[in-house]
Formats: sequence, C-alpha cells, structure tokens
Amino acid sequence: MSIVDKGKEAVQGIAQAVVKKAVELAPGALLPGGRPDPLIRRQHGHIGKPVSRVDGPLKVRGAAPFAAEVALDGMVYAALAYSTIARGRIAAIDTALAEAAPGVVLVMTHRNAPRLNPPPRFLTGDKAAAGDDSPIMQDDRVRWNGQPVALVLADSQEQADHARSLIRVTYAEEPAATSLPTADGCEVGTFMGEPLRAVVGDADAAFAAAPNKVEAVYRTPRHNHNALELHAATLVWRGDELFVHDATQAVAHTAWSLAQIFGLEEAQVHVGSPFVGGGFGGKGLWPHQILAAAAARLAGRPVRIVLSREGVYRAVGGRSPTEQRVALGADADGRLTAIIHRGVTPKTRHSPMPEPFILPTQSAYAAETIALEVQTCYLDMVANTFMRAPGEAVGTVALECAIDELAERLGMDPIELRILNEPDKDPISGRPFSSRNIVAAYRAGAERFGWDRRNPVPRSRREGEWLVGMGCATATYPYHRMPGGAARITLDAAGRARIDAAAHEMGMGTATTHTQVAADRLGLPLEAVSVRYGDSSLPGVILAGGSQQTASVGLSVMMAHQELVGELLKLAGNDSPLAGLGVDEVESADAGLRKRDEPDRFESYASILARSGRSELAVESSAPMPLETMHWSMHSYGAMFCEVRVNAVTGETRVSRFLGSFDCGRIINPKTAASQFRGGIIMGLGLALMEETQFDERNGRIMTRNLSDYHLPVHLDVPEIDVIWTDIPDPHAPMGARGIGEIGITGTGAAVANAIHNATGRRVRDFPITLDKLL
Amino acid sequence: MTPFTYVRATDAQTAVRLADSRHPGVRYLGGGTNLVDLMRETVERPTALVDVTGLSNEITETDGGGLLIGAAVRNTALAEHRLVRSRYPMLARAIVAGASPQIRNMATVAGNILQRTRCAYFYDQAGSRCNKREPGQGCDAIDGFNRMHAILGASPSCVATHPSDMCVALAALDATVHLNTAQGERRLPFADLHRLPGDEPDRDTVLQPGDLITAVELPALPLAARSAYRKVRDRSSYAFALVSVAAALAVENGTVTDVRLALGGVAPKPWRPLAAERALRGQPATEAVFRAAAAAELAAAEPLRDNAFKVELAQRTIVAVLGELAENGLAGGGA
Ligand SMILES: Cc1cc2nc3c(=O)[nH]c(=O)nc-3n(C[C@H](O)[C@H](O)[C@H](O)COP(=O)(O)OP(=O)(O)OC[C@H]3O[C@@H](n4cnc5c(N)ncnc54)[C@H](O)[C@@H]3O)c2cc1C
Ligand code: SF4
Repeated sequence: MSIVDKGKEAVQGIAQAVVKKAVELAPGALLPGGRPDPLIRRQHGHIGKPVSRVDGPLKVRGAAPFAAEVALDGMVYAALAYSTIARGRIAAIDTALAEAAPGVVLVMTHRNAPRLNPPPRFLTGDKAAAGDDSPIMQDDRVRWNGQPVALVLADSQEQADHARSLIRVTYAEEPAATSLPTADGCEVGTFMGEPLRAVVGDADAAFAAAPNKVEAVYRTPRHNHNALELHAATLVWRGDELFVHDATQAVAHTAWSLAQIFGLEEAQVHVGSPFVGGGFGGKGLWPHQILAAAAARLAGRPVRIVLSREGVYRAVGGRSPTEQRVALGADADGRLTAIIHRGVTPKTRHSPMPEPFILPTQSAYAAETIALEVQTCYLDMVANTFMRAPGEAVGTVALECAIDELAERLGMDPIELRILNEPDKDPISGRPFSSRNIVAAYRAGAERFGWDRRNPVPRSRREGEWLVGMGCATATYPYHRMPGGAARITLDAAGRARIDAAAHEMGMGTATTHTQVAADRLGLPLEAVSVRYGDSSLPGVILAGGSQQTASVGLSVMMAHQELVGELLKLAGNDSPLAGLGVDEVESADAGLRKRDEPDRFESYASILARSGRSELAVESSAPMPLETMHWSMHSYGAMFCEVRVNAVTGETRVSRFLGSFDCGRIINPKTAASQFRGGIIMGLGLALMEETQFDERNGRIMTRNLSDYHLPVHLDVPEIDVIWTDIPDPHAPMGARGIGEIGITGTGAAVANAIHNATGRRVRDFPITLDKLL
Repeated sequence: MTPFTYVRATDAQTAVRLADSRHPGVRYLGGGTNLVDLMRETVERPTALVDVTGLSNEITETDGGGLLIGAAVRNTALAEHRLVRSRYPMLARAIVAGASPQIRNMATVAGNILQRTRCAYFYDQAGSRCNKREPGQGCDAIDGFNRMHAILGASPSCVATHPSDMCVALAALDATVHLNTAQGERRLPFADLHRLPGDEPDRDTVLQPGDLITAVELPALPLAARSAYRKVRDRSSYAFALVSVAAALAVENGTVTDVRLALGGVAPKPWRPLAAERALRGQPATEAVFRAAAAAELAAAEPLRDNAFKVELAQRTIVAVLGELAENGLAGGGA
C-alpha cells in the first residue's frame, strides 16, 4: 500500500487495530462478496426523483433562521480588530478611546481574555474542529497578518465597529516568512502524520527513457472562502453551559472542541446550526466563535459575532497556492510509462494539512512508474484550510493539462489517450475499483457535447474577433465515509418516522435527500418522514465535508433500520401476522413490515405500536468503520467538456458552453445533485479564469478582501451548464451513491485551459488565465 | 464608521450654505455607493453629511442643442435617456458598462464624477501606506500589486487610476461642469476638473472643500451620434476597467475629419489622448493610421510591475474601436 493511500485512510480515521475489531461489526454489504444495500436495487421509490427541497418554502419566505439572525435577550454585538503585521509582538495596545466610545460593553485583548486551552486542531482527534490551533489572545504574539488582536462588544454593530476602529496597536515586528524564498523550513508534506509521497518503480528513469514526453510547471494561486453567508455565531452562557447558534459544517466537532477549550464537559456545550449559507470547507471552528464565547463569559451577556467580508479573509483560511511540476512519459502508442507529479505548497504551523494536490494523480492512469510528492514550506499567514476538493481541484489542473499537452505531442485525441491509459485496478494500491465507468461518461459526454466538431489543430476556428476552441478533462474525487456516523429513527403512533442525525444543511439538500432515502428504507410516503439535523445533541459525529455526509448518514439510517425491524418484531408478538419471523425474513413496505416472500403477512407500524401500547419507538445505531475503502479503490468521476471564445484583440475569455458528464454512482435526487454539479463547475470556472487572492509577500497582507477585488464568476460569466450522469449504482456504497459535492470543481480548470489552448494555440500554465496572459 | 450628522438639502444654495456652516469635515452625499463604503473603511471620516440627492435630477436640452444634466440624476436614468442614447451613445454604453444595476440605480452623476480610486492600498486604512489617504506616508502600490494601476500621468507619489466609466465618455464629449461654490457659480471644462497626482495625490480634483457640482453640460456634438465605448475587464460584468476606450469618429471620403477619444483604466484621470487625436485628424481612416495614432499616445506610458500589458492592450483596443466606427460609418454611408 502506498504512503499516500495510508495518509488517505488515516484521514478517515482508520487505525489498523480498530479496523480488525470493526470487521466483526460490519454489515455484509460493505465486504467483498457481501450483499449490497437493498436500496441499490429498489426502483420506483423516492430515490432518483427530483424532489424539491423540503426547506425550500422556508427559505423563500426568509423564515429559515441563520446564525446571524437569531436574536437573544440582552444580546451585544462583536467586532474584531486584526493585526497589520505578519509576525512579532504586541508592544502596546491602547483601548482607552474604544472603551469610552458610546455603547461599548467590553474591549477584550490578550491582557484580559480568559485563559483558554489550545483549540484542538482539525484531524488531531475524532472531534477536533479548529482550523487553526494558535492560542489567540492568550499571549502577545502575532502569528499572521490579520490575526484578531482585539474584540469589542457594544450595544449595536455600528457602535462595535466604530469602537474597534479606535484601537491603536503598537507592534514589535519580527522578520516574517511571507514568501517561499523566506519560508521557515520546507519538508515533505504530511497528512495525518503520513508523508504525501508515493513511488511505483523508477519514474525518473522511465521518464528519461520515454520516446514521448511532456514536462511543465503549473501554478495555481491562493484562494479564499467566499460563502454567501458570512461566518457568524450567536451564543450565550447559561451558568456553565454554552449555547451556540453557529454556521458550521461540524456541529458535534465544534461542541466537543469548544468544551476542550473552555475546560468543560462535552455535554455542557450545545451547538445548533440548522441552516448554513454555504460552507465549502471553510465553516469550521475559527477564532471568532472562541473569542465571542470568551467575551460573552467576561461580559455576562449573549453575543452575536458576524465576521465582515474582510474578517473572513483575515481570520478564516483558504486554499494555498501550488507550484506543480508534471512530467509524463509515453511509449510510441501513447501508453504512459511514467507519471511524475511533484511540487510545493505553503502551509502554516497551525493548520491541519498542506494542499494535497497529488491526490487525484494516485488513481488516475495506468502507468508503469509513478512518483508523487508534496513539498510544503512554512509561512506566517492565516492558516490554510480545506476548500472544495482540496488537492483535487488544483491537482487536476496540472495533471489534466499535462495529459492534453501529451495528446497534442502524440497527435492523439485527448479522450482516446485517456481511455488508452484507463487502469483496470488502482495503479498504486492495486485494489479493484468499486465501480468506475469513466469511459462511459466520456463517450456519453462527447456525443452530447459534439466533441467530433472539435478541430484538433489549435487556432483554426474564428468568428469575427473571437477564437473558438474546445477542451476536456477528467474530474475525480474520492469516496469518503468517515467514522462517527450515527442516526436515530423514531416511529410515532401514527406510523410516521423522524430521523435524527447531527448532520448539516449548507444548501445542498441534506434534509431532502435523507427524507427520500429514509422513506424508501422504511416504506413510507415522503410526508410521513421528517429529518432533524444541525444540532450537536443529535446522534453522530458527522462532518459535512469530504463529500461524505450522504454516505455517513445513509449507512447509519440503514443500520438503525435493521435494529428497528428487530424491535418491531419483538413488539409485534404472537398476535401479529408477523409472529415468529426473523429480521432477515421481513422487509419494510407500505408503512409497515411484511414477509419478503409472503407479502400478505403484513402489519403496519402504527398497528404494531398500538397493540403494544407504545406511543413511539426509537432506535439509534452507528455506522460501522469505513471498511469499503479498505477493499476497493472508490472514487467519483466525471468527464468535463468546455467550449471557450477568446477575443483575439483583448485576450478576454468567455466560456460559451460547458458539459459535465458524471459517474458518481446512484443519483439520489437529480434536482439537488444537478445544483451540486453546477455549483462546483461554476467554482471551477472561477478557478480557471479569475479567482486569485492577492497576498502581498512584503508583509503577508491579503489585499483582495472584498467581492469587488476578489473576482468570482458573475452571472454573465456562466453559460448554460449541461450535466448528465451514468447513474450506475456503486455496489459497495450505501444506496449505491458516491459523493457529488466536490467533484464539480475538479477537472473544470483544466477543461477550460485545454479549450483555451485549442482556441488560441496558447498554453497558459499560470492560473487564473487572465486576459494579459493571452495578449 | 465614525459618527456624523446628516442633513438633507433641497437646493444648491442651501447645500453650499449648510456645507459652509459645517466646515471642516463636511461631505456631500449622493447615492452613497462610494462615500459610505469609504466611511465604513474609515478612509473617509466626515463629521457631517449634506445629502444632495434632492438637487436637480432633470435632463434638459440646451439652446445650442446640447444637454444639461442635473447633478442628482441617477446613473441609470442618464443611461436610459432617449437623447443620450441617440446623440451620445458612448455615454449610455459607458454607464451601463459600470458597476451593477443596483449601484447605478443609486449612483448620481456628481457622485460618479467624484468617486475615488479603487486602489486596494488606499482602502486598507488599517494596514497599508498610501499617499492619497495620508500624504507623506508612502505608496504601497508602486512596488506592490498594481495590475489595475496607471501607465500614464502617474507620479512617484501615486499611481492610482480614476475608476469611472462614465467619466471617460464625459471627457471625450468635452463636457462642462457647473459648480456652485461659496464664492458663487462657476463653470469648468470637464477635462480640467480632475488633476494628476503630482506631489499632491490627496487632491483628486481642483475643487475646494464645499464646492458643489450642480450639473454637467454636454455640447452639441453631431459626431457623437456615431460613437462607441468599449471596456476590457477581468470578467464579463461588475469589474473595473483594465482599459476602456470612448471614441467618436467622422470619416469623409476615407479621411478622418474629426475624432474624439478618451481612455479609462490607464491614468489617474479620465485620459484624453490628444496626441492620438492629432495623429488622426486629416489622415486616411486606415488601420495603419489608427495603430500609429495609438502608438503615439502610448509612447509616454510608464508601466509598473504588473501592468505592462496595458500598453499593448490600450493600443489594440483603440485600433479595434476606431476600426469598428470607421467600418460602421462606411456601411451606414457617413453621418
Ligand atoms: C462594487 C462596486 C463596483 C463598481 N463598479 C464600477 C464600474 O465598473 N465602473 C464605474 O464607473 N463605477 C463603478 N463603481 C462606482 C460607482 O460608479 C460609484 O460608486 C458611484 O458612481 C458613486 O456615485 P454616488 O452618487 O453613490 O456617490 P457618493 O458615494 O454619494 O459620493 C461620491 C463622492 O462624490 C461627492 N459628491 C456627491 N455629490 C456631489 C455634488 N453634487 N457635488 C460635489 N460633491 C459631490 C461625495 O461627497 C463623495 O466624495 C462601482 C462601485 C462599487 C461599490
Ligand atoms: S497608488 Fe495612490 S492610492 Fe494607491 S497606495 Fe499609492 S498613493 Fe495610495
């Protein structure tokens, strides 16, 4: 097994010893030769229907409460002041004017902040949530330009904002590492303690000997999180208990981590986050929640904190820049003999991981030799973090452009080159693929997109000032299912079911899809199922990240359902038509249980509960360890097709058509899935053409700190995006479904770049591809 | 934002009087789309605002066949006006190329003219040095991020650009600005309103504190009926110009008889490329002449670290816009 793969498993929390123990508990569905999830075969149910979002009406009416909208009696408002140097000490901090300003309740700095335990850094424990483990306001140190140095509480947001502008800080500046040449050390990057490196054979020698080769360096810039909803929390202490209305992708992790920080029992912290206005990896535990809770305790008042847009840039990390060298060697027929993908990316000493851009290359192509490595260098900057498809989003940019360059070198169609190098097993781990239909996705996409109309000769199609070209690239994102999944099913006397799980709704349709899945699982109509989520008191430690939430909750509900059936059979007793039947002999249907091969032996849930005198029945179960990824190489795939128009006079690029053809297992809800795919692709268009954080290397200051300077695609930049999918269920994934949340951003950047090359003959390897690079 | 008082003026005299009585620290408030942002950033810290959106929002024809545009006319209203669209299409197009519909609905003509640079260091009151904000502090843009900055007319103290699209058209159209000041009414050629930074980069214009813009006058300019505005930017919409060109061109028998040109995104003020205009008048309307004229103007360019591309981009855009106007003119048989 490769070291990279080990790293990947480590991130899913699979320690070998735990795995051995878990094998006994695992359901057969996830083991080789075992039975797949029965729902995979179920046709004509709710799964696969374009059900509209169950929370749609609430959101349209503006009645869905977001964290910054919760009002608490006596609440005060917080504003943060941020450092303006990258490294050093706070020599003096003058808060007198701020304290005297109208409405001010508290000014908190390192001098008066309560002493706290260090924030548990994400990935250092099951429930660790902090994107940065620096002890903010616990000492006079400044660790990055933009670090919070003071927090003001006031009766109104305006008063707090004004007062914080009156704070004067004097720094004792120290030399800072704010560019790669000044980095404070470099080493092979690690992911959960395992090096990000993989070696198969001698790739350097194979590359040197290859008759056909391409080699180039690709650069991607720093990116920042820009969810529509700003990071926010409204919180209150009641005695020694902390109640947080948060905007987070990790309620249970956040509750546990805050408990650690404040020296409390886990049960003393309650985190609720029913609606999140976009997360993308950025909505974890950051300094603002911690500082707001500390200030609330000092002031004895409930606190609302909403980061300004600038605040998100200063205090919440984003994606690190990368410099990736890809070298591909191929034989005369185009078969890859060497894949080398190595590069460098900065990181801080306080962040969980370096941008792991080699991940998509691990399972991409059958090559005789492979060499992958991430070097990481330490800088003084805001802690870099997870951002939609960390690794894959920018790793596919380099790999898939290089493949396109090789195709051109070989005079081959880039799709045919990819298909020729399609592996029959995972090239590094040697494991079989659970389900891989990327060729089918390419064929279907090419047909629908009209790939045959592409002229392989660059710069051969012109319409007036506009050069037109087409490109494609492979999208890929791994299937994850992290440990910690759990769910409770509660049946009531009327035979309705409620699913409880500490999952999250960030706009992707969590409640909707799980209503569908649970309805099919339980044999209920949609109206008879409700889903409760977004609260740390609910079962499970479920991260809305890694595109894994659906699998995690889905499998937990499947396990709980098995237990529920057992409980129902016990309750049914001897007077029931089900008397004497075992769990394996019955199935859920028509709001009750029936014998599989004798459907007339049926009793409804309501009837079972009524006869046993129960008003409700609740069972809770956890998902087993993610053994499926030990046995299979599991990934979602896509074939991305792009048509661009590049202005020959000005270099402006307009994407005129885009198609994503996906292979992600079964699609549970075509409506919400299409939005995930499209949203990812739009983010990928931004990555390709305009998104770039300007990080001033002289002082480590981020200069693009608003949506005017930091460019994201606007409506006019986004063409109609066509999305199709194979809908081939993965026999080894719950419901047959692999993740869909992140894959859309992968492959997109390369598809655009490849299309630009086809349109103009220019190969831009420095992203984003702004017009100056095409003049 | 620093606390301030707010009053609303109903006419120009009152506005000037109110401003005078609240001096210093007073600012006129138009749509607020720039001023309020700067107040939030504490770059601007007025103690009093005099709201002048109640001033004239009329657009009237002048005796000479020009247009008189009230200072409080909203950008959207100006762009949609029938006479603006027919007589000065470059102006209508320049306005709709700017900002977003919501911002244009709020923004006033005077506010647009007096909007300040978008230099990110200028905005970063807390963490960056800027001579325009704090004279003498230094300029972090000169050796920093300056992709959006000036290649013409800058000085060692400031290299920021004027961000307006509308103003580029006003410069090309030879507009006149009407002012009401403590000393009385005054008129000023639009070209003389904005100033180059020199060693006083904090002064964007020649106006004195309290000077009120009451109207903008456009002269009759038949040539402008066939005019164009082209904006080159980093995304399709909602981005400031890297380079923009406003142009009107008259061609008779293949010869350029008259021309108006202005450039945006390249200089501290809306840039009137008089050298290029001189190189065009009386010359054949050919691409070679357009190219030479553009080159003549850009010969003076002094690019910075990140913006050398603008020198080429500006020339290409000028040539393309003139080429298009010449072609349309021929197709339409002159006028
Ligand atoms: C995100 C964003 C994107 C934008 N994109 C573009 C773009 O692409 N192109 C573009 O051209 N513009 C753009 N703008 C700028 C926009 O055009 C200006 O903000 C707007 O025109 C300012 O007009 P206002 O009436 O709101 O001015 P205000 O903000 O009210 O005032 C601006 C200045 O004018 C002064 N002032 C106002 N009225 C008078 C008067 N009668 N006499 C004297 N002084 C006066 C004020 O005191 C202040 O100093 C953008 C703005 C934003 C926020
Ligand atoms: S270019 Fe001008 S506005 Fe920008 S930082 Fe320098 S002095 Fe300030």
